[in-house]
Amino acid sequence: MAKKKQVEVDLNSDWGYSPAPESKGHIKIKPQYDQFIGGKFVKPSNGKYFDTINPANNEKLSSIALGSAKDVDKAVRAARKAYSEVWSKLSGKERGKYIFRIARLIQERAREFSVIESLDGGKTIRESRDVDVPLAANHFFYYAGWADKLEYAFPNKKPTSLGVAGQIIPWNFPLLMAAWKIAPALAAGNTVVLKPAETTSLTALKLAELIKDSGLPDGVVNIVTGFGDTGAAIVNHPDVNKVAFTGSTGVGKIIQRAIAGTNKKCTLELGGKAANIIFEDAPINQAVEGIVNGIYFNQGHVCCAGSRLFVQESVYEEVIRKLKHRMNTLIVGDPMDKNTDIGAINSKEQLDTINKYIKIGQQEGAEFYQPACKLPKKGNWCPPTLFTNVSQSSRITQEEIFGPVLAVQTFRTVDEVIAKANNTPYGLSAGIWTDKGSKIFNMTTKMRAGVVWANTYNKFDPTSPFGGYKESGFGREGGLQGLSAYLNLN
Amino acid sequence: MSRIKSKSLLPDFKLSPTVDQVGIEERTARFQTRSIKSETKVVGLKKVLNMIDLTTLEGKDTPGKVKQMCYKAQHLHDSMPDLPTTAAVCVYPSMVSLAKAELIGSGVKVASVSTAFPSGQAPMEVKISDTKFAVDQGADEIDMVISRGRFHAGDYNFVFDEIAAIKEACGRARLKVILETGELGTLDKVRRASDIAMYAGADFIKTSTGKIAVAATMPVTLVMLEAIKDYYYKTGIMIGMKPAGGISKAKLALHYLVMVRETLGDAWLTNEWFRFGASSLANDVLMQLVKQETGNYQSADYFSID
Repeated sequence: MAKKKQVEVDLNSDWGYSPAPESKGHIKIKPQYDQFIGGKFVKPSNGKYFDTINPANNEKLSSIALGSAKDVDKAVRAARKAYSEVWSKLSGKERGKYIFRIARLIQERAREFSVIESLDGGKTIRESRDVDVPLAANHFFYYAGWADKLEYAFPNKKPTSLGVAGQIIPWNFPLLMAAWKIAPALAAGNTVVLKPAETTSLTALKLAELIKDSGLPDGVVNIVTGFGDTGAAIVNHPDVNKVAFTGSTGVGKIIQRAIAGTNKKCTLELGGKAANIIFEDAPINQAVEGIVNGIYFNQGHVCCAGSRLFVQESVYEEVIRKLKHRMNTLIVGDPMDKNTDIGAINSKEQLDTINKYIKIGQQEGAEFYQPACKLPKKGNWCPPTLFTNVSQSSRITQEEIFGPVLAVQTFRTVDEVIAKANNTPYGLSAGIWTDKGSKIFNMTTKMRAGVVWANTYNKFDPTSPFGGYKESGFGREGGLQGLSAYLNLN
Repeated sequence: MSRIKSKSLLPDFKLSPTVDQVGIEERTARFQTRSIKSETKVVGLKKVLNMIDLTTLEGKDTPGKVKQMCYKAQHLHDSMPDLPTTAAVCVYPSMVSLAKAELIGSGVKVASVSTAFPSGQAPMEVKISDTKFAVDQGADEIDMVISRGRFHAGDYNFVFDEIAAIKEACGRARLKVILETGELGTLDKVRRASDIAMYAGADFIKTSTGKIAVAATMPVTLVMLEAIKDYYYKTGIMIGMKPAGGISKAKLALHYLVMVRETLGDAWLTNEWFRFGASSLANDVLMQLVKQETGNYQSADYFSID
């Protein structure tokens, strides 16, 4: 057959979008933030602070207290005191009232939180406004409702609280992860010592201000800030009853070693390398949207990102053509602009990691594609990246990159794709795209992944448990399962 | 018959790609979060004006009404300089010759509905002579309706042949094929009807007659734009798109332009390839344009209704 003339839709447009920056006039970021311990903002015992910067221009936003083991001890004592003297004595109904109040306050200050989240973390204002902040409020609303219904949530059990929960959260969804951790802990009747990631402490500290305003009894929520050793101090503190961690698998392993032999309860939500699987009978155009949403959402800084794409061979060319086409329409740049699709990479270190993997991919002989996009001069940026022609044994298909980098493989049969998708040390999530319901149910039973999305991707809801298999961690957050992780059920 | 010379290139329309409604709705919601400000907005609004098929399709249409509309099509708001004309006026066949005369030399096209619009429930001969009459009267464009009944019955060959026959009757007039998506029920069927229309010879595919409650929506339009894109990639032939009915606000029209821009690109952002079928959209766009210039919204009384 004669070769067809190659036609290409040109998406460069003279009719571009004018800048539409979200205003920053209404927010106040103080030059310096202290830790929130026992209901007060306290200076760090060593007097040291560290900078938090805006990754979109690498300018300093504020100074954050550098918490030490001493500060952690103070925070755990405050949490213990609040637990035994106040919080554990309150009725579930009263606890619920406070949690509802926090939820409403987050809604009231949604704009402020989303702007700060975008400034501090580099994520687009569209996502912090439409995803992070509303979901965070929803988590508080959801768990507030359970606070006085624990006996009904777990029939024939006598649910009791654990005590003090030490919680360490990552930088990819700072406020949302704080909500995932704090809301169920409080609803179950525990008190909390939480440490945000060092690059994104601001919204957690803003949340501390909000919690203070809510009138929550002193010491029920404590927030300490700092780096890995601050987190280690929480994990190792003898008076912590439960450790909840979201972050890298490497750190997760260290934590598990550290608490071995203690009676601390533990949940870990770690890395992932999710398979996003496109069958030939899928609605292709929507599947392409799902691929984009799966890997380029939040610059790919998502533990459940669909970073391994499997496309059935019969539709491979069409899918890749459409995917590249769609990638060309993505706007990379200023996170504060309402039209930006992909914001700044969270830190210089993370950008180096991503670039290292992009180089590895090229060295491994994979075909590399990035759309031409104008990147700002200052700040940390990575255009959406696609690797085709990769193999199951490539490092870029095996290791978590945590950036906007997609590795594409093809497959022929259902059995083949199940085997390949499960052939990874991770097991957090997966995506399946097909028009056939029976195929979906078959796949969901066979995927070794905590979350399986069908014909959609990266959907979160407080009622739905989230967590992994294998090296993606254990325990679930969200839903009743997320509540049970903060209770003794005897 | 159709542009597609070899029958072997015709797809099996039962195998038209499927559409996921939830996914389509999410995508269109995304277009609506695009923020269109300042210069972009002004340029966009003028594009919208220039893409409008100013429409009157009523039993009570008279020469007087049509004349007024033709004048408005050429003089949208004369107190504002540099405004474009609309793309076309859209009328019943009986009003075509009059509209043609009124619009001479203006560049504004005359579009005529035909094929027993809006139901399409008439024999083929009637539809063909309806079309030929409109073309003879001077119509530049024909807006036909498909036989939705036969489509639902699975008689795709009938629907295809009918479109091809009308295309032939059109001669040099461009053919817009109205799918009446509000009667098709699912997005899968919208996609299938789009494919049939394009392969049978449509120059434009159009959502609705405007005569039933559910007219153009963004999801339906996106499904059709994607069908156009797939057809373009398969054949290299550009097909135009016309959402009609239900688009009466400038802001919504701009969302449609964003959708076209991010789905098909700049080449489709002219009135040769994209139209709005609307009667009241123009005034809302004018109101916004004046607001951009003066900073104030003016009363609707400052804008002529016909």
